[in-house]
Amino acid sequence: MKTLRSNYKWIAAGLLAGSTILSPAFAQDEEVTITAVMHSGLRVLDPVITTAHITRNHGYMIYDVLTAVDENFAPQPQMADWEISEDGLVYTFTLRDDLTFHDGAPVTGEDVVASLTRWGDRDSGGQLIFDVTESLEAPTDKTVVWTLSEPFAPLMNVISKQSAVPPFIMPARVAATPPSETITEYVGSGPFVFNEAEYEPGVSVTYEKFDDYVPRTGEVSWMAGPKEVKVDRVVWTTMPDNLTAINALVAGEIDYIEQLSIDLLPILESSPDVAVEIRDPLGYVTIGRPNHLHAPFDNKLVRQAAMDALSQENMLATMQGDPNYYNVCGAVFGCATPLGDETASEPVTGGADIEAARAKLEDAGYDGTPVVLMAPTDVVSLMNQPVVAAQALREAGFEVDMQSMDWQSVVQRRAQQNPVADGGWNMFFTNWMVPEVSDPLINVMLNGRGDDAWFGWPDDPEIEEMRAAFVQASSAEEQKAIAVDIQAHVMDNVNYIMMGEYLIPQARRTTIQDMIPSPVPVFWNMEKTVE
Amino acid sequence: MLGYILKRVMATIPVMAIVAVFVFLLLRLTPGDPAAILAGDAATPDQLERIRDRLGLNDPLHIQFLTWAGQLLQGDLGTSLISNTSVSSMIGNRIGPTINIALMTIVISVALAVPIGVIAAWRHRTWVDFLVMSFSVLGFSVPVFVIGYILIQIFAIELRWLPVQGYVAPGEDFQEFFVRAIMPALTLATIYIALIARMTRASMLEVLGEDYIRTARAKGVRENVVLFRHALRNAAVPILTIIGTGFALLISGVVVTESVFNIPGIGRLTVDAILARDYPVIQAMILLTAGIYVVVNLLVDISYSFFDPRIRY
Repeated sequence: MKTLRSNYKWIAAGLLAGSTILSPAFAQDEEVTITAVMHSGLRVLDPVITTAHITRNHGYMIYDVLTAVDENFAPQPQMADWEISEDGLVYTFTLRDDLTFHDGAPVTGEDVVASLTRWGDRDSGGQLIFDVTESLEAPTDKTVVWTLSEPFAPLMNVISKQSAVPPFIMPARVAATPPSETITEYVGSGPFVFNEAEYEPGVSVTYEKFDDYVPRTGEVSWMAGPKEVKVDRVVWTTMPDNLTAINALVAGEIDYIEQLSIDLLPILESSPDVAVEIRDPLGYVTIGRPNHLHAPFDNKLVRQAAMDALSQENMLATMQGDPNYYNVCGAVFGCATPLGDETASEPVTGGADIEAARAKLEDAGYDGTPVVLMAPTDVVSLMNQPVVAAQALREAGFEVDMQSMDWQSVVQRRAQQNPVADGGWNMFFTNWMVPEVSDPLINVMLNGRGDDAWFGWPDDPEIEEMRAAFVQASSAEEQKAIAVDIQAHVMDNVNYIMMGEYLIPQARRTTIQDMIPSPVPVFWNMEKTVE
Repeated sequence: MLGYILKRVMATIPVMAIVAVFVFLLLRLTPGDPAAILAGDAATPDQLERIRDRLGLNDPLHIQFLTWAGQLLQGDLGTSLISNTSVSSMIGNRIGPTINIALMTIVISVALAVPIGVIAAWRHRTWVDFLVMSFSVLGFSVPVFVIGYILIQIFAIELRWLPVQGYVAPGEDFQEFFVRAIMPALTLATIYIALIARMTRASMLEVLGEDYIRTARAKGVRENVVLFRHALRNAAVPILTIIGTGFALLISGVVVTESVFNIPGIGRLTVDAILARDYPVIQAMILLTAGIYVVVNLLVDISYSFFDPRIRY
């Protein structure tokens, strides 16, 4: 180190000679600011119109939620407590005292009704609830009554979920914005206030502590419990280059990096002031989605052959490299969730079985129809899966046409139901946070309503019956039994191919303490000591 | 001269109009759906359709074009489809860092490259010339991000003299601006020093063989006067061209350097807009880039007559 310094000192001296101003004063502000590099730039400020994670994270900063799940996926009161009638048809929410919007107005039942109504138009789980909603009204300022026409057992879980679209509570005038239009006023009742003057889309966003926020009492657990803000400001900044972010963290210019590239981790190992950790215990899943509309994946045997040919271990090792950051997991609801179960998942978890795949292709009478595999080249977390899959499928006897394109082209093309020769497709890969697939109502890939289903459009009445039964299930045990049936069905019908779970490490300066472990990065309760 | 400038300014109108039509059509032919980016992965086809309707993406192409062109004629660059903010304000916020770093880069480049090129030509086929040309080849062969990372490692990580990243406007705090801008400017200057030095050397070599240079020397004019007053001024035209083109290139965005040093410039704005198919932003950026080239070329052409009085318009 010393040698390097002395070697280059003369160059530096020559370039910077005589410049007394070149001694940057990294002065500490009097107020405590946390500077965080998030996984992407914030560009959309409406947490209802988009499912983008960065916008959801923004939502958690400035808005509050009625209820939130804890680390056991159990709904807990946040803005409100609730009671459920014996017949399971009437949910009564009572708002706690001292809830105030950032503009000083009190939060009322009317605001809650408007916010839930807008959310229900956008969120897939919310739509199912509103399908059986008889009325949603606020008889008093502190009370909201939700009346259903038939029981909807998972209602509390759906409105307490943390991803992708939680029902954030906004002022009624803001929530009156049509769900297809973005809101233009950013007033919440959450623990931080959005600083609109300092907001630069895609570059940085600043949040100030909301002094009038009254945290609820209780234990902190994921998104539930008290939200005590112990810093004055939080600044999210965007750094497209992970190495720059790491260098800035080592130099003490920033405090926290939400997502780290695994191949850059060794750089941080020698820095005593930086802690690398997994704070999201559930992580992500990566999946392959076959197009059920067109040959060859309109044939269940061919889909099974593809699943046999693919190996989670190969896929995950290529994506992540370090086995500490991935899990071979065959549970379509995620391995560490209450509904997670690995029934019948041997074809994906047991490694590639090329012989079995070939046999199934032969039984299916596969005629060599090319499989068009869409391969995005501009999303790091999605660029390896198609390459690994293409090779595995070829070994099994598939004709594979892997087409490279940018993610935007994938997004547009996957919405095309046309035949493959006419701009259609056969398979693509994508990733989800585990909470986004952890439940049959939340997991969009389990929708089996044909043309109305998510891209890939499986027409699967059986799974729709199971999802309907899940809604009616009266106990957690019954729900779990149905979830196991769904798991077995997906492994047989290959609605999608579960390619395993992976984790993304985060890094913080050791001056940052008491960050809450959670699938969503949150900035309450944490403290920062001055270096 | 005034007539020439007016003629050139008028000529920009059809150029910009052609660029506008071309860009608009090209973007609409490119695969991609801003509504899908806005709505996210789990959006249903019905939700996407409603968002497309709201954004006007389902309108016929000619209606979309006329709406945009009408806004343009009123000086309105439109609103970002993704962030719902005014494109003018987005560009306004991002162009400052780009211009300031471009200016710093060009100043450093010209200050170093022109004397180096002159000296290389003066000491043609000596070790000085060889050294200058070797560094020159190295300068534009090494990718900018490599130079950027090396500078960061030395000055920010090892020596702790400069911050790793970020940008502060000079009006806000000039010292902070300087310490944050110097590394990106040096990184970019590496290429331009190489380019301008080579061009200066080549132009100077051509001029140094002219009769009037020999005459000046025979008259006993000092060598530095011969080089910098007689030769360099006559060799200036191609050098000015390369400086002008380089400056235009720098102002239109240098996305890699902006990423390595985390500078919120228009290079990153453009790339982000392209990835999100944020049509109004992309269209505005391409028009702006075309405008920058037109203006810079005009200024370069005008400056020719200043350095070379034989050129008259």
